[in-house]
Amino acid sequence: MTTTTDLVSYEDALASYDPVMGLEVHVELGTKTKMFCGCSTALGAEPNTQTCPVCLGLPGALPVVNATGVESAIKIGLALNCEIAEWCRFARKNYFYPDMPKNFQTSQYDEPIAFDGYLDVQLEDGETFRVEIERAHMEEDTGKSTHVGGATGRIHGASHSLLDYNRAGIPLIEIVTKPITGAGERAPEVAKAYVRELRELIRALGVSEARMEMGQMRCDVNLSLMPKGAEKFGTRSETKNVNSLRSVERAARFEIQRHAAVLSSGGTIVQETRHFHEDTGSTTSGRVKEEAEDYRYFPEPDLVPVAPSREWVEKLRADLPELPLVRRNRLREEWGISGTDMQAILNAGALDLIVATIDAGADAASARKWWMGELARSANESGKALDELAITPQQVARVAELVASGDLNDKLARQVIEGVLAGEGGPDEVVDKRGLKVVSDEGALTAAVDEAIAGNPGIAEKIRGGKVAAAGALVGAVMKATRGQADAARVKELILQKLGVEG
Amino acid sequence: MSDSIIKLTAAEIAAKIASGELTAVEVTEAHLARIEAVDEKVHAFLHVDREGALAQARAVDEKRERGEKLGPLAGVPLALKDIFTTEGVPTTVGSKILEGWIPPYDATVTKKLKAADVVILGKTNMDEFAMGSSTENSAYGPTGNPWDLTRIPGGSGGGSSAALAAFQAPLAIGTDTGGSIRQPAAVTGTVGVKPTYGGVSRYGMVAFSSSLDQGGPCARTVLDAALLHEVIAGHDPLDSTSIDAPVPPVVEAARNGSVEGMRVGVVKQFRGEGYQAGVMQRFEESVALLKELGAEIVELDCPSFDLALSAYYLIAPSECSSNLARFDGLRYGLRTGDDGTRSAEEVTSLTREAGFGPEVKRRIMLGTYALSSGYYDAYYGSAQKVRTLIKQDFEKAFEQVDVIVSPTTPTTAFPIGERADDPMAMYLADLCTIPTNLAGNAAMSLPCGLAPEDNLPVGLQIIAPAMKDDRLYKVGAAVEAAFVEKWGHPLLEEAPSL
Amino acid sequence: MPGITREEVAHLARLARLELKPEELDHFAGQLDDIIGAVARVSEVADQDVPPTSHPLPLTNVMRPDEVRPSLSPEQALSGAPAQEQQRFKVPQILGEE
Ligand SMILES: [Mg+2]
Ligand SMILES: [Zn+2]
Repeated sequence: MTTTTDLVSYEDALASYDPVMGLEVHVELGTKTKMFCGCSTALGAEPNTQTCPVCLGLPGALPVVNATGVESAIKIGLALNCEIAEWCRFARKNYFYPDMPKNFQTSQYDEPIAFDGYLDVQLEDGETFRVEIERAHMEEDTGKSTHVGGATGRIHGASHSLLDYNRAGIPLIEIVTKPITGAGERAPEVAKAYVRELRELIRALGVSEARMEMGQMRCDVNLSLMPKGAEKFGTRSETKNVNSLRSVERAARFEIQRHAAVLSSGGTIVQETRHFHEDTGSTTSGRVKEEAEDYRYFPEPDLVPVAPSREWVEKLRADLPELPLVRRNRLREEWGISGTDMQAILNAGALDLIVATIDAGADAASARKWWMGELARSANESGKALDELAITPQQVARVAELVASGDLNDKLARQVIEGVLAGEGGPDEVVDKRGLKVVSDEGALTAAVDEAIAGNPGIAEKIRGGKVAAAGALVGAVMKATRGQADAARVKELILQKLGVEG
Repeated sequence: MSDSIIKLTAAEIAAKIASGELTAVEVTEAHLARIEAVDEKVHAFLHVDREGALAQARAVDEKRERGEKLGPLAGVPLALKDIFTTEGVPTTVGSKILEGWIPPYDATVTKKLKAADVVILGKTNMDEFAMGSSTENSAYGPTGNPWDLTRIPGGSGGGSSAALAAFQAPLAIGTDTGGSIRQPAAVTGTVGVKPTYGGVSRYGMVAFSSSLDQGGPCARTVLDAALLHEVIAGHDPLDSTSIDAPVPPVVEAARNGSVEGMRVGVVKQFRGEGYQAGVMQRFEESVALLKELGAEIVELDCPSFDLALSAYYLIAPSECSSNLARFDGLRYGLRTGDDGTRSAEEVTSLTREAGFGPEVKRRIMLGTYALSSGYYDAYYGSAQKVRTLIKQDFEKAFEQVDVIVSPTTPTTAFPIGERADDPMAMYLADLCTIPTNLAGNAAMSLPCGLAPEDNLPVGLQIIAPAMKDDRLYKVGAAVEAAFVEKWGHPLLEEAPSL
Repeated sequence: MPGITREEVAHLARLARLELKPEELDHFAGQLDDIIGAVARVSEVADQDVPPTSHPLPLTNVMRPDEVRPSLSPEQALSGAPAQEQQRFKVPQILGEE
């Protein structure tokens, strides 16, 4: 980490080389139990309270496959336009690691449950890029180690490690792309868009919350460069466990620049694993292995083959929910907005919030307006994601309803939202507490209008003379007198009426 | 009194306890006394659970006093191979690496035995991780054959077979990966059955080779084996390879022994070089007896059986190299070399070096080799193809015959130490038993006499198709009855007293 | 085909996490060579068009419903641990990748 890495500029790198990417994403399924035993997968449990002979790898224990795990894998496969194997087996991937109780991972090898698919992803400018899927297979997660005694909780310098196997055996689906070529300078953007699209798809299927910050979805970025015009792939690096969308993009970008620097100075790329560092945006080399890994895969003899019936597969296909890309296109049309507007909504993470707000009774335009306007500003200021704000779609819908009924104007509505975000209660409560109702009492309004006319005779005269635009000043005076709680349009109407001018 | 108790069969003991003629505590005490008296010489047990056994026996007696119905083996003592986990009772698998390990859970077989009120006397000696044919590979010293304590009792389940032959228990449980129930039965003059693969749950049975391992009953009579078979067999949702079908009617078959009108196969490949003359003599007599009893004898050719031993010594080590990876000194069992400076990786390597015996290491190395890249297709992959061919040979054979018979093992019990440094010679002990494990079908060994040259027991193997375990008992019971009538007494009565 | 060298044995021992002693390396080299030599005949069928058998019985689709079953107590889970701390398995420092 102390060594600096030579880089060439991104533009120079792309001028000479074409990047080839492979993305491997691991998704932790949201099943109730682990892949091969009945232990709970609930988060936040005390260490080693969700373990049993099976997931601790005790002598004699045997695995039994979680049917929902298989079903989720098939759903993911179908949503990724994959073929679903008619017959496949689990395999043991043999290597020693203290996180892994059996010292082999139960995975799939040459017979994945889903293979040969694709996922269309949309780039920031709305352009679509097709990412080919090699396979999606089932496997299990490892336990969690804590390193004690080192300065930073890292492995280096630790005196010993502590192991908690609550996560060991949680179902994972590993989704592997075919080599992604032809993305050129947009490769890092494609990587990010792919992982985001995959995340949306996993969530839409309801098989996982796919929260990257919780480790429920992790991405390995494999990258190599080949000289422009070449056809043979270069040696790749494998950047492991990149845990945010932004990092996926940055890691790909960094590796392009690093590879280019090595290659253009006549060096060779070592096939190795690398680690991405959020703080610096750079990658560093993993431990150099003395010899190549030899996982000695063989069919798992403790589990029998999985042969999903075609009836089952077709039923799952028929029951698939609307997939994200289809849904986005439908909503874009329904709302009558441009691709760029939709992309902005996606980038802001506002889509589901807007839909939920509409479902709670708001019209589409105002739901969009509040989330992409006032709320987006607020989120930006506080450095939060939209869905982390202390306001629900139902509350936003209520605000929109109050505006539509004329009880609030936009200015008041913003104050109501501010109050909700500040924890003062729901919209109605804030309205009450802050006394924020539009003054709709005609008597009170008429009196305020009369007062404004009387207090500004010069302006009144101009209006009478036909300068309707001057009415703004009188409206302002009325609004001031009513502390903003009047309906400005009605005030203007009243002024013009009093002064005998047609609006 | 106690001498007469220990000579009883399991069926007799159960009947006497049910009728009140004997109490389970009396029976248990008689067997514990016998263990006390002879086990120093035999060394069949690694752990005797005196308190647990007596508590279980008392529970049976109380149940009877309350007038509750007792199961067919209630109160009958049993010796459990130390490969099955027993909650709160040490389980070592004959290995130093698990010395002192007390499992927090019961194997399904253990659970079923307890539920049937069988009294578990303790855990029996075995070749480390069930790898061997002599019980010499136990980290806790060899077991003697009660017929001649300087000879091996077979393996890997030598402790279980010796306990039966030494009248320390009327019942025992073994596991059979390549012959580890049948070969010990053969060389000790007892009965042992390897059920159809999947017939008895493997949950809690420490894995050696997952696709070959099968637990099964050991006893001194065919009927006792059947009674025990019925207790431990059946579908287990915790074992994915467990058969979800009714247990074949083994007890009924054992009570109705007959070979009348049956077609019995004799395989060309189960004779020839390496077979002791006295073993072949007793085998030929058995075939003649079957004919006499009304069976039709059919000659069979199963050419792929010649490759069985080779396939076995690739598949079993490969699976074991993976199954035994979990013994790494981190979560349970032995940890060696943790001096505060060494890494987990180093401590694991030192622990495994210190905790595994030479045969286990040899097989781990062999399996690691057979699975490693570049060799997989030639070795592991080919062995799996041989497995298919062997299955096909059996399928063809069982179109022509109802059961197959052969010697169980080519020789009688050999002297302790004779083959210790010659793994290939040791492996030959399983020549006739291995094809069955590779194909997954059922087989039994029962005594068919003493070899004239050394006066040691010879085993007759009966092989049935998968899920037809009852045929073993039907044939076995007929053969047993005919032999006992011919000899005038059960074979074990000829064993020297200890 | 065989002819297993001491170096190969050392490589296998590393894969299998066995800290073999120097004399064991030689011993195993000889024995593995003998055994592999004897069992290598299985490759006679390598090019035969026969499907491999990984499971003795033709079972498929054995699955369990996604229902939570009781776990061990942490005391039971850790009962065999050579060392423990903070309800976790305590192990020597892990030489991982970083
Ligand atoms: Mg993986
Ligand atoms: Zn578990």
